Amino acid sequence: MITIDTISKKYGKTEVLNVQSIEIPTGQSFGLVGNNGAGKTTLFNILLDLIRPTTGAVTNNNIVVSQSEDWKNFTGSFIDESFLITYLTPEEYFDFVGDLRGMNKADVAKFIAQFDEFFNGEIIGKKKYLRDLSKGNQKKAGIIAALMGNPQVVILDEPFANLDPTTQIRLKQIIKKLTENREITVLISSHDLTHVTEVCERIVVLDKGTVVKDINTSPETLKELESYFAL
Amino acid sequence: MTLRFLKLEWKQYFRSSHWQKGIALKIIMAFFALYFIVSFLAIGVGGYYILKKKFPETDPLTLVNSFLLYAVLGDLIFRYLMQKLPIMNIKPLLTLPIKRSKLVHYVLAKSSASFFNILGLFFYIPFAVVLIIEGYNVAGVLGWLFTIILMIQSANFLNFLINKNNIALGVIIVVLLGLISLQKFDIYNVTAFGGQIFDAVYENPIYSLIGVAILAVLYHLNFKQLKNLVYLDEAVSQKVEEAKSADLSFADKLGDVAPFIKNDIRLIWRNKRTKTVFLMSFLFLFYGLIFFTQKTYREMPAMLMFASLFVSGGFALNYGQFIPAWDSAHYKMLMSQSFKYRKFLESKWILMVVMTSFLYLLSFPYLYFGLDIFLMITAGAIFNIGFNSLFLLFAGSFNRKRIDLNKSGFGNTQGTSATQFLIIIPLMILPMAIFWVFNKFVGGNSGYIAVAAIGIISLLCKKYAMNFIEKKYIQNKYVMINAFGKEA
Repeated sequence: MITIDTISKKYGKTEVLNVQSIEIPTGQSFGLVGNNGAGKTTLFNILLDLIRPTTGAVTNNNIVVSQSEDWKNFTGSFIDESFLITYLTPEEYFDFVGDLRGMNKADVAKFIAQFDEFFNGEIIGKKKYLRDLSKGNQKKAGIIAALMGNPQVVILDEPFANLDPTTQIRLKQIIKKLTENREITVLISSHDLTHVTEVCERIVVLDKGTVVKDINTSPETLKELESYFAL
Repeated sequence: MTLRFLKLEWKQYFRSSHWQKGIALKIIMAFFALYFIVSFLAIGVGGYYILKKKFPETDPLTLVNSFLLYAVLGDLIFRYLMQKLPIMNIKPLLTLPIKRSKLVHYVLAKSSASFFNILGLFFYIPFAVVLIIEGYNVAGVLGWLFTIILMIQSANFLNFLINKNNIALGVIIVVLLGLISLQKFDIYNVTAFGGQIFDAVYENPIYSLIGVAILAVLYHLNFKQLKNLVYLDEAVSQKVEEAKSADLSFADKLGDVAPFIKNDIRLIWRNKRTKTVFLMSFLFLFYGLIFFTQKTYREMPAMLMFASLFVSGGFALNYGQFIPAWDSAHYKMLMSQSFKYRKFLESKWILMVVMTSFLYLLSFPYLYFGLDIFLMITAGAIFNIGFNSLFLLFAGSFNRKRIDLNKSGFGNTQGTSATQFLIIIPLMILPMAIFWVFNKFVGGNSGYIAVAAIGIISLLCKKYAMNFIEKKYIQNKYVMINAFGKEA
């Protein structure tokens, strides 16, 4: 369970984020939607203790993220390309992350093998450094690395952007499978309303840093969101 | 259109990362630039008189002329290795309504103003001015200078035609070596022949028009070739190198720090700037030669200590001063992974210690200069291992400047801030001062012992120092994430 309690972030006088309270129960697939500058990435960065909030605290499975680092053991994340070590090959990157997450080479190989279809032959064995891969392929590698080591919480910022349609569909299957047993909490942000409504059971809309909608996904949700953003 | 291109050039130059620096760094860079310009001018102006003095029976102009042929070939080899056509610049312009031919002219014109074409002029122009002052035929000298400029420009365009063709490079080297050996074994007097060409230009400046024709032909060939290559999959493409994975499993023996060590080895080897740092550290091995061979320094033991620190410390100093900015591009990622910060720091420490020890082993030939020097290098190495490696880690917690690993190594000051200047005091001045004090007032071997002792004591206190350093890094975590996230 993740609790976001009166989180706000100010830069000088401008407040970029002000969230009263959000509780995300274990096993929920949680979608965060909003226009550019709404504060989605800032909120995720605060969840990962990469930015300090001006007020409030985030609790991840009873651990206050800014006080202890133990949440890192069960949290996987991919925010953007700066989460890749660009001079490594994808294989080396997976090995590195696996090492940090207590997996040996064989574990890593076995884990990665599950995603052959997702990678579509464009990641493994290509003899390319991550810096030379296309944006979409970089993203594929980053997303899969975030899933390594049996995380209980997975945080993905804009996972659908830059992916080709086939990979988008495959990613949706992967996310659905993750939350199937209601043990893994998945947090996703997206600009694509169709994708989030499809994979997330709950959708929160941010606007200028504040929560303006908190919806349990139903067949009407997509329509509701579209009419909200059409304004 | 030309004006627009010039405006773009202007902005590109003044908005490049060169200029986005602190004032202190700018002053230092300006000082260096000035130094180089003045030294080149001095060679150009003084060249005539030096030659006159050394070889009173030959005319300095004839002397210079006789070696110009070699200079041209040497220049070509140098360009082949270093110079690249600035073609990536036009990528954003390709989709705009500008004629392809204009873009090609722009690229070619830009290349003719490159550093490689200007450097030589710092010699030739002052030399020509001196010739005129010394009463040489003005028209002749101007024709000669004009020919030289044409020749430099021709070399510029010839280089792009050769375009990284290894066979062509081979041909140039063979021709150069061939000419030198023809001269050497008195088979044919190449030097005199080359001299005659340029002497003739001086006698009849009209011959320089031949240079114009050559340049025009080369330019036209370049234009024709390039015009057909202005496509994203041809000339305007970024080369992708094939990834080579070496087996680094030997590092696994190091346990918890192994992933970081492996990562650091790859970081150093696969990025231009870090690779330069690594290779340069071997050059620093020879730094001692400058000091140990000169009598003047022999009487200044503190300076010898300075050199001794550099002999084994080249890597630790150059790599260590930018910890953890080397990892700035993926610092966020590291900070969201679960590992003890200690391991990250420990791996950097091991790297510095191993490299310093290795460089120390390589410095054994310095025994040739006597036991004194060797003891000094030994003391320096112990100080580098014990004190400097820990201190560099500590100083690293003050680094706030991002480093882009993909940018090239030479003269790159990215990541430099006041920290890099301040740390010199404890790293270098402190051991020099200690050595000087003990050597002067206690005598005997006390200087070496004092410096080495500080190293050993620091090493013994490593655990406490590391606790302190680790805390410092954790305290500064958010500031560093923020600073490293900003474009440099």
